[in-house]
Amino acid sequence: MNSLLLIFIPFAGALLAAAWPSDRTRPWLLPIVGLAHTVIVLCLMVSPQAVDPASWIAFDPLARAVLPAVSILFLCCAVYGVYYLRLRPERPNRVFVSMLLTVLGLLSAGHQSRHLGLLWMSTEAVTLASVPLIHFNGTPRAFEATWKYLLVGGTGIALSLLGSFCLGYASLRGGGSGDLTFTALMSQGSRLSQPWVLTAWVLLLIGYGTKMGLAPMHTWKPDTYGEAPGIVGAMLAGGVTTVAFTAILRVHAVLVASGNGLIADRTLIGLGLLSMFVAALFLLGTRDFKRMLAYSSVEQMGVLSIGAGLGGAGLWAALFHVWSNSLTKGSLFLSAGNIRRAAGARTTDEVSGMSTLTPRSALLFVTGMFAITACPPFGPFFSELLIVRTGFASGHAVASGLFLGCLFLAFIGLTRLVFAIVDGRPRAESRAAGKRFPETAGMILPSVVLLALSLWLGLFTPEILRHAWSAAVSQLFPSS
Amino acid sequence: MNETLNLLVGMAMGLNLLALGSGRLPTLIRTVALQGMTLGIMPLLIEPRFEWPVVLVSFATVVGKGWIIPSLLRRAMRTANIDREIEPFIGFVPSLLLGAGGTIAAVALSRALPLLPEHAGSMLVPGALASVLTGFVLLIGRTKAISQVCGYLILENGIYLFGLLLIQATPLLVDAGILLDVTVGVFVIGIIVDRIQRAFDSLDTRKLTVLRE
Amino acid sequence: MIIALDFVLRLALWIALAPLLPGIINKVKAWVAGRRGPPVLQLYFDLARLWRKGVVLSDLASPAFLAASAVGWVAIAAATTLLPVGPAGASLSFQGDFILLIYCLALARFCTVWAAMETGSAFEGMGSAREVSYAVLAEATLIAAVLALCVQTRSLSLPGMLAPATGAGAILLAGGLFIVLLAENCRVPFDDPNTHLELTMIHEVMVLDHSGPPLAVILHGASMKLLLFALLLTQAVLPTGHLAPAWAGVAIGAGVLAVTVGVGLVESLLARFAFRRVPLLLTMAFLLCLFALLIAWKGGAA
Repeated sequence: MNSLLLIFIPFAGALLAAAWPSDRTRPWLLPIVGLAHTVIVLCLMVSPQAVDPASWIAFDPLARAVLPAVSILFLCCAVYGVYYLRLRPERPNRVFVSMLLTVLGLLSAGHQSRHLGLLWMSTEAVTLASVPLIHFNGTPRAFEATWKYLLVGGTGIALSLLGSFCLGYASLRGGGSGDLTFTALMSQGSRLSQPWVLTAWVLLLIGYGTKMGLAPMHTWKPDTYGEAPGIVGAMLAGGVTTVAFTAILRVHAVLVASGNGLIADRTLIGLGLLSMFVAALFLLGTRDFKRMLAYSSVEQMGVLSIGAGLGGAGLWAALFHVWSNSLTKGSLFLSAGNIRRAAGARTTDEVSGMSTLTPRSALLFVTGMFAITACPPFGPFFSELLIVRTGFASGHAVASGLFLGCLFLAFIGLTRLVFAIVDGRPRAESRAAGKRFPETAGMILPSVVLLALSLWLGLFTPEILRHAWSAAVSQLFPSS
Repeated sequence: MNETLNLLVGMAMGLNLLALGSGRLPTLIRTVALQGMTLGIMPLLIEPRFEWPVVLVSFATVVGKGWIIPSLLRRAMRTANIDREIEPFIGFVPSLLLGAGGTIAAVALSRALPLLPEHAGSMLVPGALASVLTGFVLLIGRTKAISQVCGYLILENGIYLFGLLLIQATPLLVDAGILLDVTVGVFVIGIIVDRIQRAFDSLDTRKLTVLRE
Repeated sequence: MIIALDFVLRLALWIALAPLLPGIINKVKAWVAGRRGPPVLQLYFDLARLWRKGVVLSDLASPAFLAASAVGWVAIAAATTLLPVGPAGASLSFQGDFILLIYCLALARFCTVWAAMETGSAFEGMGSAREVSYAVLAEATLIAAVLALCVQTRSLSLPGMLAPATGAGAILLAGGLFIVLLAENCRVPFDDPNTHLELTMIHEVMVLDHSGPPLAVILHGASMKLLLFALLLTQAVLPTGHLAPAWAGVAIGAGVLAVTVGVGLVESLLARFAFRRVPLLLTMAFLLCLFALLIAWKGGAA
């Protein structure tokens, strides 16, 4: 099974969607392509193939450890999307559907890129392709969010290009050929020119950190997640950020190989703690439950970054967390989208008592909230527990303590906001809107499935995933 | 040849300062276009032999950065029918001083980075860093969407300057892809600028303040 | 005796030639506009006419009003003795003479401003305020330019300094000094010497209340200042050291003529800038000279 199919099938789907005549039937392309994608990914995961080290694009262990989560998330979002777009007959969905499929193809390309330039091109293209998704609602607020997304994201992505060039120059200056495949860079190791490697690390961390949403480059996130449809938010939070994270992981491996592992680890842990802290503070203050999800995503990115900074076992736990975060966050975005449509508003000032108006979505929202704040027995609990244990075991007691403190603050912030929305008496205006909102199976089941997968992941982490994560760790740290 | 290249890079750095000091949108757009064209000629000077792909990239850059993108911006400006005066967040004199300080810092910083023997004495690295910093000042310090786009373009130009160091090492496919991405990026930005204009009836990004904590 | 004669002769030459420059500028402007324009020697006729006229003095003004115009003229004349002219050299030169030159010019400006304030007129106060606030920036630029020359030639006196190298630094310096020339001599785009609207003038508004011989002295001083700056600019940029003395003289003369024509062209093609844009232009000139200084410094180190 050729891994390039993962890229070309979504692209073909996107073209088909662009040519499809009917707005009513077009959304069905989403789950069809999503299903094909998931099937291929799972096949590839079960029977991994040897990877040519010089290849620019391949389903290597790191892609194998992460891409299936994105694929499953997309499938669930796609099913939801069919029913969501049915509720929005007033907006033409040609561009939306075809761009969503393009994003899937580009995400597959980004996860499989083993060449720095190619990785950059897919990330930039994902940024551009998601622009029409963000302003799907067409309101002035949506355009404001899109503008900020483009400007901040564009600047970040430009800096990461500069960083890629610096890494290329480090290779040239170190006597290499300037080959930008990660394998070549890692094999050059400590012969890379050190000042250039460090410059490259700073720029790439800022650049891909912006895409990932690490503080203080996270400012686009609340606006974008707040204004974009829930399904887009889920894909951005679970898919696009993951590409940026794997990019950072690949660059981090080059840093480790060049003998700068300690500096790289420290910056990752520092940036991760800052993200968690900033996110926790904003979670305590915000009154908007869609922006709340954005800050929670910033916090999760901090968790990932800390895990990656702890090395070995921490990285394994971070890959675990990629899965649990993608699935749980996806479920939360979808249920939050339901509540937002039913209530017609997004802040605690205007929304309350959703448990009587949309009981199923509210139940899912509360459960998802507990899952994402690392309550057992969901996936995030186990992955974060593993990160904390690794932290204490590797002598990062202070960092681990701060980590736990931030988790606690975030828990307070999230529960405060979620219960304010779910509990109490529904507002009159919400009641009027709520009558029209049908909680059909299509709007509920994807979220349920995602949450169930997160639970399953926590309780019975499948052996094949454990193997995949271990393989990815040994790909990134060949010596250990 | 290296002298000619340095002169061109110096000219690009001068255009940076001009962009920081220009108070009218048409001037700013013209400055950015001129800088783009200056950059477009450079690959021809770096590559000693005459090669079609290099000529092609060079030609594409001159046309893209010097003609297509500026005319897109000019059209956006005309259709938006906006006030041609640039109202800065950071005044012209402070931003000019910031840009000059950035240029000096870029020269100082680039001395700390080791270069290959064939790049010794080249102004490409300071030029690249100075342009990136100038781009940042424009991005942060201007209120009109179009002048922010110009800042973004200057930032991209800086990265392009740095990329010239690698022109012999990286495959042309990557260069072409990057050029394409940048062009599409500006195109997308242009569309969004148009939509913002329709939604807000202005291109003043100070009006984009609904979303905040 | 010979030295004294030389000194007097040089000064006489400066005094005699200076009023030509405004005439040339006006001729260029007229030519661009397609008019015949006033004769090149118009300023000489004006000066002679003013010299014959009487003086109207304000009741409020102290005797300093008259003294200031005289002192200002003397200060500029003193500055001219310090500036070397090509192979002929300067009447006076010593280590650090460029500082005295700058201070002489500053003293002349101070005198003009003082005389303007003496009249107690609101308009003249306004003009003085503008003049001084521009001078702050222009003087910084001038000092940066002179420093660049110092570093470039490793010399502390003007005759040694004005033997410049060519290259990127010279272009920057030329740009910076030309802008300073325009600002210091109140030409377009900083000030319009032809305007008669008090609200927009700088130099002209300061001398509104002067008449007769004092006005003639001030006008003549201004023309000497213009010649001084044109010579400084030409010699700071044009390398004439290797030429035969006669050819060097011709080259410098041509350079001054080119600068003068340049001023005329700028005046014909540009409009006066809004006041708030002026600091920007002067800052740019300052940066040009600063970069010239840095290039000179870096080039010296390498």
